Amino acid sequence: MTTVSTPAASPVAPAATGRSPSRVIWDRIRRDRAAKFGMVIIVLFVLIAVTAPLLTMINGWSPYDFDPTAVDKRMAGVPKGILGGISAEHWLGVEPVSGRDIFSRVVYGAQISLLISVLAMIVSVAVGTVLGLLAGYFGGWVDAGISRVMDLLMSFPSLIFMIALISVMPEGNRVLLLVAIMGGFGWPYIGRIVRGQAITIKHREYVDAARVGGAMGASILFREMLPNLTAPILVYATLAIPTNIGTEAALSFLGVGVRPPTASWGQMIQESMLWYEVDPMYFLVPGTCLFLTVLAFTLFGDALRDAIDPKGSR
Amino acid sequence: MIIYLSKRLAAAAGILLVICAVTFVIFYVVPSDPALQACGKTCTPERVAEVRAQMGLDRPIWEQFGVYVVGIFAGRTLAAGVECGFPCFGFSYQNSLPVWDLLVDRLGTSVSLAIGAAVLWLIVGLTVGVISALRQGTTLDRSLMIATLTSASLPVYFVAMLLLLFVVRVTEILPYPAYVELAEDPMAWASNLILPWVTLAALYAAMYARLSRAQMIETMAEPYIRTARAKGLPERTVVVKHGMRAAMTPIVTIFGMDLGGLLAGAMITETVFGLPGIGRLAYDGIVKSDQPVILGTTLLAAFFIVLANLAVDLVYAVIDPRVRYS
Repeated sequence: MTTVSTPAASPVAPAATGRSPSRVIWDRIRRDRAAKFGMVIIVLFVLIAVTAPLLTMINGWSPYDFDPTAVDKRMAGVPKGILGGISAEHWLGVEPVSGRDIFSRVVYGAQISLLISVLAMIVSVAVGTVLGLLAGYFGGWVDAGISRVMDLLMSFPSLIFMIALISVMPEGNRVLLLVAIMGGFGWPYIGRIVRGQAITIKHREYVDAARVGGAMGASILFREMLPNLTAPILVYATLAIPTNIGTEAALSFLGVGVRPPTASWGQMIQESMLWYEVDPMYFLVPGTCLFLTVLAFTLFGDALRDAIDPKGSR
Repeated sequence: MIIYLSKRLAAAAGILLVICAVTFVIFYVVPSDPALQACGKTCTPERVAEVRAQMGLDRPIWEQFGVYVVGIFAGRTLAAGVECGFPCFGFSYQNSLPVWDLLVDRLGTSVSLAIGAAVLWLIVGLTVGVISALRQGTTLDRSLMIATLTSASLPVYFVAMLLLLFVVRVTEILPYPAYVELAEDPMAWASNLILPWVTLAALYAAMYARLSRAQMIETMAEPYIRTARAKGLPERTVVVKHGMRAAMTPIVTIFGMDLGGLLAGAMITETVFGLPGIGRLAYDGIVKSDQPVILGTTLLAAFFIVLANLAVDLVYAVIDPRVRYS
């Protein structure tokens, strides 16, 4: 006698039910090796940034401590020993001339780079989302005005402008200034995406239903429409971080980033320019950190986009 | 079409005017006094005031702005009796040379850098992208995509320094770049620009490879590709004539904007390699708060970006007959 298989024994049914959309996305990311690699590196650098004071305590060198004994005065200040002065004392070597510990500076540099990039991302996503929603939902002159500003900002030669703006601003908190300027030039990119999405969903039934039900502007925008735009905003936010890390480093590299002696990766690379021939480790260490972080965020952002929209072309 | 074109031209001119005004305002509030710089530290206050009047800096901002904009088209005569012919962008505070001459002088370098790099990144990027798309999912595809991601994540100056270290210092294949005019010695021009070209192209080639791969995969899944195959066309024709032509349309847009942005100078690349281009000029201008130079370079950069946008939209109609203007 053959038994009829019960629904519970069917291999498909249980897997297909009971998974929330975010769970589905999470499972997809976990299966993606590149995404996992990216995630591990991101977590590593975030941990390094957060525990920077602890790490430098173990290491015994603050990022501002000079160590004249680690550099060779007779050789114009080249670090003593091989590979830029790597030793048990200085784990990643020292800077030429000053003898400051590169490990400690890279660790604190991670703090600055990540802090500025994430804050600037938050600024551009917040401004871009609100203005994009307003432009898309209201249309008319609101849309025309916001869209013109976006077009204008996007045709600015932004790097020249950022440098120029930072260099004319009065002395103050450089970190906040960088965040404001990078966020200020970054928002049109997310604003455009949100505007486009808002236009396509504003006539959906659930939005109409909310309107008929007496919901007012702000409530429709943020309660009804915003939750449906989470996916593209999330993807954009993740991919904006590596861009911001690169921009912050480029600005520091061009001499308008955070002020010395505060350490940032771009600034370390700028200072190492003169030494690339005699002390390549000086630029290889911060350069590699920069490269790995940007790569990790890009891998993770790409995987997130694929997971949210598996039909996407990449 | 003519209405569309004139509308677009008017909008472009408007954007340039606004950018000019914004730049003007930003540098009007600069704390440093150009008159004091031009005059020197030993100047008496009376002399500084005199110089300021000569430079026209004592007049209200809107008047200075008006004089500047009119001067671009009509030329102007400075208070000291110096003639500044069309197109007048003023004189550099650093060396008193006309900004327009400085721009023209530096443009060759930036254009050489941008065009050479563009040729390189288009060839490499599109080849990698198309091969990857046609071999989608294979080990070759995966390795190429890992390579492009790596290349796209490397900051420009880091690539430049790696190249300088390994190509110039360790293996001594190429000398340290020193810019030579094309007309002077084409061979020296090219060999000195190889490193800057590779540096710039590394980033863009990676982006173009990823983009063209995605486009190509999408296009090759279209029904008309199946039709083309079914009617017995050779695979080569299917890929090149039917696949690539359609897949390249969005790339034209991006290419126009990228090239437009680079024509007015790749600031970081020029700075690292010490190339005398517009980007370097802008950077030096900012460092020395040389307002006329900053204004000139910013306007030129914006001009190229706006022009590229316009060109892209027009070219679109030629490549993609579905696009119609209204």
